[in-house]
Amino acid sequence: MNGLIGKKIGMTSVYNDAGRNVPCTVIEVGPCVVTQVKTAESDGYSAIQVGFSEAKAKNTSKALQGHFDNAKTTPKRKVAEFRDFETDKALGETITVDEVFEEGDFVNAIGTSKGKGFQGVVKRHGFAGVNDATHGQHNRQRAPGSIGAASYPAKVFKGMRMAGRDGGRQVKIQNLEVVKIFAERNLMLVKGAVPGHKGAYVILEK
Amino acid sequence: MDAIKFVHEQMTPKKELPAFRPGDNIIVSYKIVEGEKERIQNFRGDVIQINGEGATKTFTVRKISNGVGVERIFPFAAPGIVEIKVTKRGKVRRAKLFYLRGLVGKKARIKERKFVKK
Repeated sequence: MNGLIGKKIGMTSVYNDAGRNVPCTVIEVGPCVVTQVKTAESDGYSAIQVGFSEAKAKNTSKALQGHFDNAKTTPKRKVAEFRDFETDKALGETITVDEVFEEGDFVNAIGTSKGKGFQGVVKRHGFAGVNDATHGQHNRQRAPGSIGAASYPAKVFKGMRMAGRDGGRQVKIQNLEVVKIFAERNLMLVKGAVPGHKGAYVILEK
Repeated sequence: MDAIKFVHEQMTPKKELPAFRPGDNIIVSYKIVEGEKERIQNFRGDVIQINGEGATKTFTVRKISNGVGVERIFPFAAPGIVEIKVTKRGKVRRAKLFYLRGLVGKKARIKERKFVKK
């Protein structure tokens, strides 16, 4: 699967040829450096590992510094692997947006969603809540309701959906259309929203 | 933010619209697509707010149609807008004229700005 690492810049909207307003996310994609080439002979499968975004050497572990030295490149903040990447790029070479994506492609975006903190079941699991403020309701409007029966089974089943920490987990959004690519600025516009806050790293795969 | 501005400059064609501000009475001519056919419709009313900036800047026009208040929000960058004509400059003391929603008849009028700064 071909792909690259990007950084979410923010959202806006543009007009397409039909004059319709299209909500878009602006992502700075690449240029990514090939940091490792895995082949079936050496690793059992074929893949390419790329790095994106400059990091300070003092904030990079010695182990990673050695890894980047092997690719003859500077330390990078985000590293990702793409299996069966169809390219003839060798170690240390850079890949840019227009080499991987085209306008009209459909891509998947993988990122870490915004942390929501401790949330109730209505927001976290989409429970309906009680849609009535009257008829005997007092303070139960967003309550989860029953979490199980009584003396049999005499326990709450594992995995029962309850309130708790929400967000801040990996999310993949599938089939986002590539609206526009500005190769000279390494920018890509995809239709719709992408997980994470502004400045968050996003893995885009085709 | 810089990159978003760059995208706006590349994606939104420059359009010459006359300057107007909240309180002004304007006629917006915009294209309507009905199946295959295209025609132009006018919407005349008072500008009650200008919202946002850049490529997503919008303005809201309010008119009274058959005794019912109707508001329409137009993006400045909308390709469907053919022409905007300013018919009357209004004298108002705030940027958002939402108080007009609660007023009807003579109370809902806006005083005209007779002396317009060049």
